[in-house]
Amino acid sequence: MSDISKKSLTEIVKLIKKKEIKSEELTKSYIKNINSDKKLNSFITTCSEEALRKAKDFDKKPIFDTLLPGIPIAVKDLFCTRDVRTTAGSKMLENFVPNYESTITNNLWNEGAFLLGKLNCDEYAMGSSNETSYFGNVMNPIAENTVPGGSSGGSASALAAGLTPTTIGTDTGGSIRQPASFTGTVGLKPTYGLCSRWGIVAFASSLDQAGPMTKTVSDCALMLQAMVSFDKKDSTSINKKKENYSTSLTNNIKGLKIGIPKEYRVDGMSKEIDKLWENGKKILKDSGAEIIDISLPNTKYALPTYYIVAPAEASSNLARYDGVKYGFRSNKGNDLIEMYENTRSEGFGDEVKRRILIGTYVLSSGYYDAYYIKAQKVRQMIKNDFDQAFKNVDAILTPSTPSSAFKIGEKKNDPISMYLNDIFTVPINLAGIPAISIPAGSDINNYPLGMQLICKPLDEQKLLNIAYAAEKKINFKQSLNRWWEK
Amino acid sequence: MSIDKDKIKHISKLARILVDEKKINGLTKDLSSIFKFIEQLNELNTDKVEPLSSILNKPLRSRKDEINDGKIRDQILKNSPQKNDKFFVVPKVIE
Amino acid sequence: MVGKIMSKATAKYIINGEKGKWEVVIGLEVHAQVTSNSKLFSGSSTKFGADPNTQVSLVDSAFPGMLPVINEFCIEQAIKTGLGLNAKINHYSVFDRKNYFYADLPQGYQISQYKNPIVGEGEITLDLPDGTKKIGIERLHLEQDAGKSIHDLDPSNTFVDLNRSGVALMEIVSKPDLRSLEEVNAYVKKLRSIMRYLGTCDGNMQEGSLRADVNVSVRKEGDVDLGTRCEIKNVNSIKFMQMAITYEAKRQVEALESGKKIDQETRLFDIKRNETRSMRSKEDAHDYRYFPDPDLLPLHLDKKLIEKIKKNLPELPDQKKERFIKQYSLTSYEANILVSEKEISVYFEEVAKKSDKKLAKNWIIGELFASLNEKNISISDSLVTSKKMCQLIDSISSGVISGRTAKDVFEIMKETGEDPKKIIETKGLQQKSDPKELEKIIDKIIFENKDKVDQYKSGKDKLFGFFVGQVMKLSGGKANPQLVNEILKQKLK
Repeated sequence: MSDISKKSLTEIVKLIKKKEIKSEELTKSYIKNINSDKKLNSFITTCSEEALRKAKDFDKKPIFDTLLPGIPIAVKDLFCTRDVRTTAGSKMLENFVPNYESTITNNLWNEGAFLLGKLNCDEYAMGSSNETSYFGNVMNPIAENTVPGGSSGGSASALAAGLTPTTIGTDTGGSIRQPASFTGTVGLKPTYGLCSRWGIVAFASSLDQAGPMTKTVSDCALMLQAMVSFDKKDSTSINKKKENYSTSLTNNIKGLKIGIPKEYRVDGMSKEIDKLWENGKKILKDSGAEIIDISLPNTKYALPTYYIVAPAEASSNLARYDGVKYGFRSNKGNDLIEMYENTRSEGFGDEVKRRILIGTYVLSSGYYDAYYIKAQKVRQMIKNDFDQAFKNVDAILTPSTPSSAFKIGEKKNDPISMYLNDIFTVPINLAGIPAISIPAGSDINNYPLGMQLICKPLDEQKLLNIAYAAEKKINFKQSLNRWWEK
Repeated sequence: MSIDKDKIKHISKLARILVDEKKINGLTKDLSSIFKFIEQLNELNTDKVEPLSSILNKPLRSRKDEINDGKIRDQILKNSPQKNDKFFVVPKVIE
Repeated sequence: MVGKIMSKATAKYIINGEKGKWEVVIGLEVHAQVTSNSKLFSGSSTKFGADPNTQVSLVDSAFPGMLPVINEFCIEQAIKTGLGLNAKINHYSVFDRKNYFYADLPQGYQISQYKNPIVGEGEITLDLPDGTKKIGIERLHLEQDAGKSIHDLDPSNTFVDLNRSGVALMEIVSKPDLRSLEEVNAYVKKLRSIMRYLGTCDGNMQEGSLRADVNVSVRKEGDVDLGTRCEIKNVNSIKFMQMAITYEAKRQVEALESGKKIDQETRLFDIKRNETRSMRSKEDAHDYRYFPDPDLLPLHLDKKLIEKIKKNLPELPDQKKERFIKQYSLTSYEANILVSEKEISVYFEEVAKKSDKKLAKNWIIGELFASLNEKNISISDSLVTSKKMCQLIDSISSGVISGRTAKDVFEIMKETGEDPKKIIETKGLQQKSDPKELEKIIDKIIFENKDKVDQYKSGKDKLFGFFVGQVMKLSGGKANPQLVNEILKQKLK
């Protein structure tokens, strides 16, 4: 079967269960694709030998009553994986090999999957184009020299190019949904607390959520089902009954109310995006949903709020990288303090350092109330906006990003224009609610564009159902010329 | 509130990050524009709003007082850039 | 020159400077290790004295992706302590991160409580020689301990042991209500005693379970406003606290009198040189940037939980003192001594319940305490257990031995831990209480000392003692003195 890597995860799982394909064969085809990753640069670490061994083990003693039987999966290099180095895209952790497994990856392995490799990402997940990685930028399979988005850029790129059947990312301000939108794939950020954060290199603890990145909405439901668990080791993990997102998936969304927030129509947004948004409304209406205009009045303030809250938490979360317990240590400096300063200056890249400085500043004495407390108040207002909106609607429809994928280097020297990429995704993290990006169409360059659906906390099933209904009607097809293989 | 070189030097000291003299002008420019962007928040009247205390409206979960961890010194020390058989080793602090 | 400390124990600590009298004002921030099996946010052991870095989890050493989960018992311990300090328990409290870099602080921050501590205002009553004094408690909060940096094992490097990293501490902050070294002593002892009664902190200062940051300021006698304070960090014995305060107060007076200002700063007490030193080099970098820990949620305490803990509180020193005074007819002074430590109060009560109350009190405060002081041991280490003390006292009250002989028996008991009954038997120390036997001895003495008998009968009463002495001598000290008195009085009529 030559084109197995073009199939969806759901199809592959079916083939495995029907014994029409062996895990070894499947794994080999992905390893073959990974061998052409050089130009994409989506992998930081490959685990081909170990993956093949696991595939063979599976084939010897197959267990089919799991969600991901014999499926090789590459994951964002922010998830700690036992005995496989975990870099977070940073020089600081270039040689860090954890002896523990993150809860999320562990859940995947318990469902029959195994590790195929570790995927490139922005350093400590700080970036929207995967240009901040110490291991080099990642290219988008849609076109050479185009960014895949970030921070889960390697994940999106590898998925779109068929280097992994499915993957997982983390989303702090859009890091799953924006790259999904840029690569024509599906990405879901779950409700804060639904997926355990234990064992994921932390960026901003109150915003970070792991989520699936997949080719289809069905795949997304399957992966989410495999990822979710109550984790006693994470104080912010939600204790609730496990849901069968996959088997409960339906495209019947008759009577659901979909809100259209007027504040998401921002200045300078391209006509193409506006058109796709209109199309999205039409599709949902055709599926029997009711479209309602709503207002999320504080949307404009989400990004400034995010750029206080996220760096503040990051400045503290990244204090542990000091060259003492693990990771990089500079050999410059004569005493402890100089060792710290040199280690952190050499070990972190510019964007990470910039955000640590922003975070340190907004928490420092004399500025805390003006920045941090102010931001937490606005965050409350943004959350209230959504709470209010969900009294009247079941879901909200917006574009995922204000533009399609841009060229490498295009926004690198202008942090604000880079940050603006996340303008539609950031409010969702601030409010702790779930959202999904699905491919909605393409722009004039034939670059994919995504649309975002948002639900209230723990309404993932409804979110998936609406996305599923929309996906069927949109019938998005992406043809890649596989330039990176040439 | 504007951010200047002195403030950057102060916060970089707090954050234990050396700022390259060559890069400080560019950094000041970037941070100034970021803070100008952030300060849009000042348009909003938040006098009657309580700051968000937690995004999850749930009680703090606790665990029982049981010893079920530790005794993994080799694992703890394994990744350390400088160690001996019992301790992490760091350069001396010079006061 | 440091002014004289005024003689009266509870008098204010006044320094007679060259330009006037200065009052010393002291506040303490006591760090008390919570008695618990495991750490505040991880399942590693808190046991003292383990091999370096063996009681360290991935959480304690701050590996990437590790998250804190709070120990419910530590929360209860803090509530208990708060109730023991008559303090307000806050139904809502928050865990914050205190950010700074140090080798023994693996996270780069300490999880502590800043704006919303678990316990609010309370008070402690000090029993001082001339009365009681109430000392205000500002707050109590929970926080993580740091690890240990060891500077003296290698000439150019520091070694880091994280065994203590993450152990639960209660920081108990007093109001600046302390006015003398004696009050500091009484405060720390009382606080320690309350926590030991509650079982919330073992109070072991040698093992670092109890340490304090000492805030010292001085002001002109009679001034209302407080002077600028300095904080002396991490002092681990009452004696060192007193030494540090003495030095620091003197330094401040001298500085102020020579026209200098006191900078509010953190200082270090150097035991070897007996002086405090500025830690300013560190201070510069200390802007702790507190903010709520996003890995934890705010702590909401259920009223029912607090009520339940309140109901199950053990009897505390102040209550016990009142009860002892009534139940065992003690003076306030005696009761203070007997409740000062939980173990002493338990010992006393075990003896007093079964034996003569008055003898129990006298023997414990007298002989037993003297022996503890002499051996420098605590009551639980004494070879004279409460059971043996009961036997000894019973032998006195039942007339088997005299109080004097009992002292000899006690001397043997405290060294060997032997049973008093056994000692009395093997050494034949029982009193002679057979009237016929005593009469024989007395008759003999009267016969041999006819002249003295005449003198006595003609009014020289003092000679009675001579007869008693003779009887005791002849009986080898074993004659029951009461009986001897009775018989002698009759025979000499």
